[in-house]
Amino acid sequence: MKRLITFILISTVSILGFSQSVFMTRNGQVSFFSKTQMENIEGTNNEVTSMIDTSKGDIVFAVLVKSFRFEKALMEEHFNENYLESTKFPKATFQGKFTNTQSINFTKDGTYTATVEGDLTMHGVKQRQTATGTITVKNGKISAVSTFTIKLADYKIERPSLVADKISETIEIRVNCQYEPKS
Amino acid sequence: MKMLDEETEKDKKPDYATATFKTTRLINGHSIENVAAGVLDFRISHRFGYVNGGAYELWGLDEASMRLGFDYGLTRWWMIGVGRSTYQKQYDGFTKIKLLRQSSGSRSMPITLSAVGTIMYKSLKFDDPTRENYYTSNLYYSGQLLIARKFSEGISLQLMPTIVHYNLVPTEEDPNDLLSVGVGGRVKLSKRVSLNLEYYYQLPDYKFSGTTNSLAIGFDIETGGHVFQLYCTNSTGMTERTYINETTGNFFKGDIRLGFTISRVFTIKKPKV
Repeated sequence: MKRLITFILISTVSILGFSQSVFMTRNGQVSFFSKTQMENIEGTNNEVTSMIDTSKGDIVFAVLVKSFRFEKALMEEHFNENYLESTKFPKATFQGKFTNTQSINFTKDGTYTATVEGDLTMHGVKQRQTATGTITVKNGKISAVSTFTIKLADYKIERPSLVADKISETIEIRVNCQYEPKS
Repeated sequence: MKMLDEETEKDKKPDYATATFKTTRLINGHSIENVAAGVLDFRISHRFGYVNGGAYELWGLDEASMRLGFDYGLTRWWMIGVGRSTYQKQYDGFTKIKLLRQSSGSRSMPITLSAVGTIMYKSLKFDDPTRENYYTSNLYYSGQLLIARKFSEGISLQLMPTIVHYNLVPTEEDPNDLLSVGVGGRVKLSKRVSLNLEYYYQLPDYKFSGTTNSLAIGFDIETGGHVFQLYCTNSTGMTERTYINETTGNFFKGDIRLGFTISRVFTIKKPKV
């Protein structure tokens, strides 16, 4: 009995201690836009896994490339087959840190401007990437919104001349995640 | 990051093989690919004459036969289509259902399996209008199982056991049910071009005499919303009964037709994102 109580106590404390600093989502949204005069291409992924460790100021993302959905089925096929080569490189990841942790209070409700810097890996290429966004803390939950741009060439994603006027050189990426304390 | 990896490990989903072939036809016949739900595929196919017709026939280019077709994806696993061929003034309609999907990961399935059913109607006038003719005499049915596996990014193979039923056959000795087995495959030459091969073997006791087995070799060339298929074949028709069971050309003696298909897809119903 005594051991059981100790066990419950320890596990409760550890859960509480844990949940205060690590926040997580499994259905975060990452979408991208390619805008040209010929055609707009948009892909959305609603199955993004991401975590924030507020004590360390870490933020990480894992995105399954195959889970991007498109308006046109053929776009999705070509995105996977020809551009991101998702069989070879199934996952895109971001591993970064908040660079202005001192101005974000994760324990107090409010809206904060955040800057994040880290390594974005996709199509097998790792690149240093910075992004600014907004962190909103409400009732112990965190939401993060950010928009930034990347260059396809940086990630060795080829744009064949035949379709060059349909695919933009720079791609806008939008992130929208609602985090909950990790239990 | 390590913690995130552990988390993503947990919700592993089956990893389905996609794009086993570039389009819904291997060359003459069906591949296991379907058009996506809500997508209309407009296909124009051409066959020229035999290349051994020589310069007088401009190596077959003077003669052309074609098929116009519309295919539509009802769901992710069910598509239908209709077509009209100039050859024998033929109409055809088919339905194709995907029964199994090749996958790895949390659910493992080595092959993709599809079933295709086709009805063909020859609207050509009867040879002998004086005798009693039934319109059912011009109806033909075919059933196919398509078994395919994507072995690697570049290599896919497919097996097609086929039965074709004729209501009316040329002679009394000819069987009404014709059996054949097709084999085919593709090798990707680049991201947008693949080399395809397709061959139908007719079982000796279940074929018409004087016919040859259908052989086709060609390229799939993909450009954005289009797929071009460019090929050589000894078959004339573009429906199951005509290319599998009524081919008479000998490929290796130069009875080869050049052919091409243009496929253009239109998204009719947008999927929910």
